[in-house]
Amino acid sequence: MKALTWHGKHDVRIDNVDDPGIVNPRDAIIKVTATAICGSDLHLYDGYIPTMQSGDILGHEFMGEVVETGSASTLKKGQKVVVPFTIACGSCYHCGKHQYSGCENGLPADNQDIARELYGHPMAGLFGYSHMTGGYAGGQAEYVRVPFSDTGPIVIPDGVDDEKVLFLSDILPTGWMAAENAQIEPGDTVAVWGCGPVGLFAVQSAFLMGAERVIAIDHFPHRLELARTFGAETINFEQTATYDALMQMTGGIGPDAVIDSVGLEAHGMFVDNAIDQIKASTFLGTDRIHAIRQAILACRKGGRVSMPAVYGGFVDKFPLGAMMQKGLTLKTGQTHVQHYLPGLLDAIMEGKIDTTFLISHRLPLEQAPDGYRMFHDKQNEVTKIVLKPGQ
Amino acid sequence: MPDIADRPYDDAPLSASKDSDAAVRIATHEAIEDRGDSLTGWAVTINRPAADLYAWWRDFSNLADVMENVDRVDVIDDRRSHWVVKAPGGTLVEWDALVTEEEEGRLIAWASAEGADIANSGRVTFRDAGARGTVVTATILYDPPAGVIGKLVAKLFQREPNIQVRRDLTRFKQLMETGEVATNAMNREQHEEQAA
Repeated sequence: MKALTWHGKHDVRIDNVDDPGIVNPRDAIIKVTATAICGSDLHLYDGYIPTMQSGDILGHEFMGEVVETGSASTLKKGQKVVVPFTIACGSCYHCGKHQYSGCENGLPADNQDIARELYGHPMAGLFGYSHMTGGYAGGQAEYVRVPFSDTGPIVIPDGVDDEKVLFLSDILPTGWMAAENAQIEPGDTVAVWGCGPVGLFAVQSAFLMGAERVIAIDHFPHRLELARTFGAETINFEQTATYDALMQMTGGIGPDAVIDSVGLEAHGMFVDNAIDQIKASTFLGTDRIHAIRQAILACRKGGRVSMPAVYGGFVDKFPLGAMMQKGLTLKTGQTHVQHYLPGLLDAIMEGKIDTTFLISHRLPLEQAPDGYRMFHDKQNEVTKIVLKPGQ
Repeated sequence: MPDIADRPYDDAPLSASKDSDAAVRIATHEAIEDRGDSLTGWAVTINRPAADLYAWWRDFSNLADVMENVDRVDVIDDRRSHWVVKAPGGTLVEWDALVTEEEEGRLIAWASAEGADIANSGRVTFRDAGARGTVVTATILYDPPAGVIGKLVAKLFQREPNIQVRRDLTRFKQLMETGEVATNAMNREQHEEQAA
């Protein structure tokens, strides 16, 4: 089959690779009909994520048709499913608590050591995202082997267009959980750093959860424009001092909750960011954290900090003093996708949430390398690229 | 003779001790047959009743399914089993193991018989943890031999001995909780290559 494979920094290719097949009883094989390039795929593309191997198949946002099932799969051939990017067993203690991204059995035993060293515990597996998250082949391919297919994938009703439901795989639940972690109360003002897909979905979700005002912060005009269509007020940090603006816009109080949906690869024009960049290029473990730093300083006393953004290692100059002195609450984590799928699918079917606005480009799988280059170079125009294998 | 004074105010498992000599001394005095000077251990919580886990483990021929380096275990009789363990370079190391103590559903202790390629002993306990299932704790004592075999053994137990017992217990947990051992192999051919 054809698949998008990683070969090094800024080097992804379409290769012919072996077809996947059933290995374990709970597996299913999915014929991919739509798959998206995620902002976090750019972290792989830019070489920020360790434990990648040449030839790894990328892609963790995908959906498709069930073509083969293991003896313990509950899926049926011909069903259309969206697959969560987290590989979780559904049987362990953490899955029982719906903390699916903390699943204890999603990672092969041999792939657990690095996460244990770095984080103290292994996490759930991820599709197409380095060997420390399992080394599982990803979904930017014609076919994928999906482990634990009886617990992860959600079956989509007949006749629903792929593009309406594709983002259930990662970014919609991630944006939703970001807003949930902000513990929004009616009347709240919520500030969101980063108007990428997760930030934009967090804006939508925050309003649905009762926020009175949402202030969205970015420097790409087109992304700010999209945030406005959902009713957000916007700040362009290139032309505005964000902290001063937020203080005045909230009457000196500060936002009740702040959401950092920027993360590891914050493109900011700041002195400390330049220092961070040098560190990131010399030592992978140092993350760049300007957005979260600014969010914590702006957040009101006793407020909530939600951090859906991806961080992988260690940070410098994290304002722990501000966290303590102001009595802030920090909630974060990889998304418990499986927990949110039924409710969010309902919201889509009822028309309460529409995510199709995000898609700016559609490409056949063969042009995926061009897609990566485009997404990397033109983040204003390119909001989301959907790849369609077999078209 | 070691006594409690060796570890004042410390309930930690012996395999986590920073003083390995004292830990081995106490372990062999209290609970484990003396078969070496390297003590290692790990614990997992498994969402299954202790009786099920004990029964599966007590049939030692099952263990090759979760222990990466174990080629096979032949059960000779109720107390004795023969272990064949893969070493790098396609060689095998072997020994007979004897059950030295057992409590149905709670504890299995063993020790290698004389003439073992790698002398070893240990115990695995199954403790009821209520709604969370069962805490399974393995403590292993072994004698890393010198010379060529010593190098093989070092590889066998990975860079850090804890890693091997941790990985084996992880696979045990996966099989017991999910019915399968997690793998990133894309298909059966890859799976067989990885196992080889």
